[in-house]
Amino acid sequence: MIKVEGLTKRYARNYAVKNISFEVGKGEIVGFLGKNGAGKTTTMRVLTCFLPPTSGKVSVAGFDVIEQSLDVRKNIGYLPETPPLYPEMEVGDYLTFVAKLKGIPSADVPKRVDEVIERTALGNVRHTIIGKLSKGYRQRVGIAQAIIHNPPVLILDEPTSGLDPEQQREARQLIASLSGDHTIILSTHILSEVEQSCSKVIIINAGEIIAVDSVANLHLRRKGGEMVAIQVKGASEGEVRQKLELVRGVAKVIGRDAPEGYVGFEIESLEQYAVRPDLARAVVESGWDLTELRTVGESLEEIFLELTKSEAKPAATKTGELTQ
Amino acid sequence: MRNIFTICGREVNAYFTSPIAYLLMGLFGLITGFMFYSATAYFISVSTQQQMTGQSGPMDIGLYVIAPLLGNAGVIGLFLVPLISMRLFAEEKRSGTIELLLTSPISDWEIILGKWLGAMVMYLAIIAMTAVNIGMLFAWSTPDWRPILTGYLGLILQGATVLAIGTFISTTTKNQIIAGGSTFAICLLLWVLSWVSNYSDTWYGKAIAYCSILTHFEPFSKGIVDTKDVIFYLSAIFLGLFLTARSLESLRWRA
Repeated sequence: MIKVEGLTKRYARNYAVKNISFEVGKGEIVGFLGKNGAGKTTTMRVLTCFLPPTSGKVSVAGFDVIEQSLDVRKNIGYLPETPPLYPEMEVGDYLTFVAKLKGIPSADVPKRVDEVIERTALGNVRHTIIGKLSKGYRQRVGIAQAIIHNPPVLILDEPTSGLDPEQQREARQLIASLSGDHTIILSTHILSEVEQSCSKVIIINAGEIIAVDSVANLHLRRKGGEMVAIQVKGASEGEVRQKLELVRGVAKVIGRDAPEGYVGFEIESLEQYAVRPDLARAVVESGWDLTELRTVGESLEEIFLELTKSEAKPAATKTGELTQ
Repeated sequence: MRNIFTICGREVNAYFTSPIAYLLMGLFGLITGFMFYSATAYFISVSTQQQMTGQSGPMDIGLYVIAPLLGNAGVIGLFLVPLISMRLFAEEKRSGTIELLLTSPISDWEIILGKWLGAMVMYLAIIAMTAVNIGMLFAWSTPDWRPILTGYLGLILQGATVLAIGTFISTTTKNQIIAGGSTFAICLLLWVLSWVSNYSDTWYGKAIAYCSILTHFEPFSKGIVDTKDVIFYLSAIFLGLFLTARSLESLRWRA
């Protein structure tokens, strides 16, 4: 659906993105992950024909972004970082305007507007002036304008930024409900979001792609062994520590806070050892109560930080934010 | 074509849902109304004086009231145009809605023509305020309608020209004050360029004076439609819109 080959975008002497390539198949939801200024917005702007690439070949739905720009734009719904809303317009009028802009035949416009209003649950603010809407509603209007012409490709630039947790959850549900019909690229720097909604992750740092993989595979990339948190009742710290250190595969036992009467540790295992069953057995066989046993430090967050740290360039390129 | 009307319709709506349309129409109506009143009152006092003294020279209401009224409307219009055109692109650039327009399946020219036509509708609504005054003349006298028609044609062409320039300037910044201020300065300059003809008879003096927008307007208010004036306005409109298109294109490359 989307094919990017050797895309480079330069602003004067600063590279916003440098020779990146990736492909997105039909129906995939791809998370575009990176720190602020890593080149996410620039890449999305090239995909939506807002910016022409400096070099490289980019095609969306089989159309080239330079040669067949109008065809690409017909096939894309785009929600920029700040939703492109006219504050003086009513929600319904605004969506009607966008529907016409996107080339929906006049006869179908009212029907399409009704449909997206229903889909994005905007019915009760249809006649409200956009300037008076809360941020969550504005974001929803932004998503509504992106999907109004039912485009096969959706590009959402930080669709949940600036929303409260409740609104974020709603926005994520809305996006999840759109999957299936649409190929979606969404950018974010919230990692849990990617874990929840995306099938594939593209991690970008300082204008270069450092990982393209499924969320599950990324978890396997974690270097070293796993970290296990354990909590035990009915023994002194020294006793437990001694016992745990003897378990096969344990590299290090670190003390950690625990409530009165309990002792807690964090245990680092050696690579390729699954230590949890052995730890549990050791505790139970000693006659103590095992009150907690879980893996920690396995979040995408840490993988992400590790990846971006180890491969970050010393001289980071400047950001591609709109300076106009 | 449909896209142009979609954009144009939104622009017109934006003007008329904000106070700016009513403010501009009100101010313009007030100023031209006062001018009309003064001109008419003077005309009446002169004509009664002539009747009292028995001399009855020919008094032309078209020459004494209508031509000055349309001429002044042209000058005032020149100063109101920056207030119309300044928001066209600057506002969209500031709020980010330009991304919606530039990523929709419409061409740059459709955006530009739509916006420029929307501003034209606003401008026409403003100069239509003078129709109230001229309508009154028709109620109580029989002025020649032909110079009135050409006068309005001139007003429209002049407004279209300045709006095209203002549209271009509006694409160069996201600050409406800067867009309005620069357009105002250029309007003023284009107005006073004709002064060159007062003291210079050289070819370049003539060339500079030729660029003055108002020199081309005067014949219209006297009932003369000269092809060279029409061509001047049409080519200036084209130049303005052409620059707008280039500027919008460069916005994509620079943004």
